Amino acid sequence: MIQTAWLIPIFPLVAMAAIVLFTHRHRALSAGISIAAVSLSFLWGWSVAVSVWGDPTVHRMSFDWLNLGESMYIPIGIQIDGLTGMMLVVVTTVALMVQIYSLGYMRDDPRYSRYYAYLSLFTMAMLTLVLADNFFLMFVSWELVGLASYLLIGFWFEKQSAADAGKKAFITTRLGDLGFILGLLLLYTGCGTLTFQGVFSAVDSHVLSGGLLTIAGLCLFAGAVGKSAQVPLHVWLPDAMEGPTPVSALIHAATMVVAGVYLVARSMSIFLAADRAAMVVAWIGIITSVMAASIGLVQNDIKRVLAYSTVSQLGYMIMALGLGGFTAGTFHLMTHAFFKALLFLGAGSVIHAVHTNDIREMGGLHAKMKTTSITFLIAALAIAGVFPLSGFWSKDEIVAATLGHPIFTVLTLAVAFMTAFYMFRLYFLTFTGKPRDQHKFDHAHESPKTMTVPLQILAVLSVVSGWIGLPWLEHGFSSVVFHEHPHHPEFHVVWAFIAALVGLSGIGLAYMMYYKGSIDPERVRARATGLYTTLLNKYYFDEAYSVLFVRPYYTMCRGWFWFDQHAIDGAVNGLGRVSVAWSVFNRWFDETFVDGAVNGVGWLTRGFGAIVRHLQTGRVQNYAFIVFAALVVLWLLQ
Amino acid sequence: MPSIGLHHYLALSAVVFCIGIYGMLTRRNAIGVLMSVELMFNAANIALVAFGRFVTPQLVTGQVVAAFTIAVAAAEATVALAIVLLIYQHHRGIDVDRINIMKW
Repeated sequence: MIQTAWLIPIFPLVAMAAIVLFTHRHRALSAGISIAAVSLSFLWGWSVAVSVWGDPTVHRMSFDWLNLGESMYIPIGIQIDGLTGMMLVVVTTVALMVQIYSLGYMRDDPRYSRYYAYLSLFTMAMLTLVLADNFFLMFVSWELVGLASYLLIGFWFEKQSAADAGKKAFITTRLGDLGFILGLLLLYTGCGTLTFQGVFSAVDSHVLSGGLLTIAGLCLFAGAVGKSAQVPLHVWLPDAMEGPTPVSALIHAATMVVAGVYLVARSMSIFLAADRAAMVVAWIGIITSVMAASIGLVQNDIKRVLAYSTVSQLGYMIMALGLGGFTAGTFHLMTHAFFKALLFLGAGSVIHAVHTNDIREMGGLHAKMKTTSITFLIAALAIAGVFPLSGFWSKDEIVAATLGHPIFTVLTLAVAFMTAFYMFRLYFLTFTGKPRDQHKFDHAHESPKTMTVPLQILAVLSVVSGWIGLPWLEHGFSSVVFHEHPHHPEFHVVWAFIAALVGLSGIGLAYMMYYKGSIDPERVRARATGLYTTLLNKYYFDEAYSVLFVRPYYTMCRGWFWFDQHAIDGAVNGLGRVSVAWSVFNRWFDETFVDGAVNGVGWLTRGFGAIVRHLQTGRVQNYAFIVFAALVVLWLLQ
Repeated sequence: MPSIGLHHYLALSAVVFCIGIYGMLTRRNAIGVLMSVELMFNAANIALVAFGRFVTPQLVTGQVVAAFTIAVAAAEATVALAIVLLIYQHHRGIDVDRINIMKW
């Protein structure tokens, strides 16, 4: 199986080509091809992962892609180790669930075939990204997932906000990618290769100086900041919710946004060698996490709450990696992918039923949508870190990774509290209580089987996926996905207890405020108006960017426009006027002097002729007289 | 009494020619002009024949040319009279002073 692992991204690629070239007119056929392809990738991916689980050697296959002798040699190929195996499982599983779910969710969309072509493109690119054995191929697929993300965010491009969100996502992540490619150039200059093996062995043998390594690490991390929506480039992810909800689940929750986390995990050697860069990573991670979680507390758009939750959880993973918790970060990546995909798909199911994103218009939906409600509750419990769901185990790992850094530990627990709170605020406001919009409630209905079955499967995964990381498991997660040597986590009973307690108290507070009503949210809001407004406006990031970058940019553009209109056009027009004036002069000269000379010759001839013609009297006798007179004169002169 | 020689003929020829020129330049009647032209032809004929008789007595080239001239003069007179006739029809007169249709 491992020898043919390169086929895994080929299936969706073929599916995309087939849909685009041949079957785009046949909706059902296009969807079928896409799902069949991703199913094959799913089976292949899982079997590769299972074989990796049994045999933790690293498999590599590559061929020469660019060989210019000594000066440049870039092979590309695939590499399969525990981390890749884990990512294959996550990507193929979520992609398959989302594609099946989309059968129902996108049923009435006129661009159904195109949607599946884009999903296949994304799946192909993401699978290539996790299979790549070198930074070069990784960068190529990194850009391809960015493209797929752009296309899918702006999928409903008739809506101005969706088109704008697509552009925003593309441009914002491009800023990070600039750092990424600079980092790659630095590494290539320093190591002379871009394969993971070559670069990391160069790093381990101290070929690169510490300063260079720090800069290269920070450059790579800039790419991760853009892709994984970390502060200060996080602004695109909440806006990306303009895309179809299954896309949000697949790309903007479970897979693409964790590419940044994957990049940092993959480059762990660099960050371990450059501890200053690692500290930057950790701080960015925790700042993002706290900030996004606090914004999530007050948002009213069901998808935006989940988007900020995603940003916050990504911050968790990044922070864990920055603190050296390789297994913690990657483990949380996997569990988060399942429960966050489930949350998004559940939110999609709700939106499908009530046709609104605003939780203030929902309420009481549990009565109408039992499956959605229960699976959503399971995911919410998982993300809140309730025993024994997957989030409990991965969050415990993250808390363990922060031990020794008290500030990080405290902030991590604060985020855990906020996460539990906003997630259950969301759950209670959506599914319990009285319907706040009776009309929408009356028309709500449970989603079709194509949508609820993926929810149920993901719910099972949200519960059990944490169990492969059980600390006392002989061949658990940490014995396969590790950096350099297997890391055997100890189960910190005290910290697990504290983390669980924090999560439960968050749930309890949400229960009191939004279920029982013993604390009035309005009064809390009135007590902290300033904080509430700041959070509601997302710390004014968009406004600040607007003032700092967008408006100066527009001003600059207007300035250049003015310059263009006045200076450049002025020069061109001036040149034109000079030409016209010169032409007028030339015409005058031509008409006066050149024509004058020609006409003058004619005029002279005419004038002379007018005089001379008087000789021609027409009288023959005059002529005869002249002839004889001339004869006589000649004779006399002789 | 001196016999009549070349000079006498040439003098006669010159006198006739001058009369012809005078007539041609001064006559207003087109017929008169034509007659004067005939005089000039004949003056030339006299000169030709006289030279032929006295300068080259063994050859008759002078006389032959004179004969040609008479023939040409006859043809000329024919054409000229035809022209005069047409002019007369056109202008109701043959006063050469009034005929200036070849003027510029």
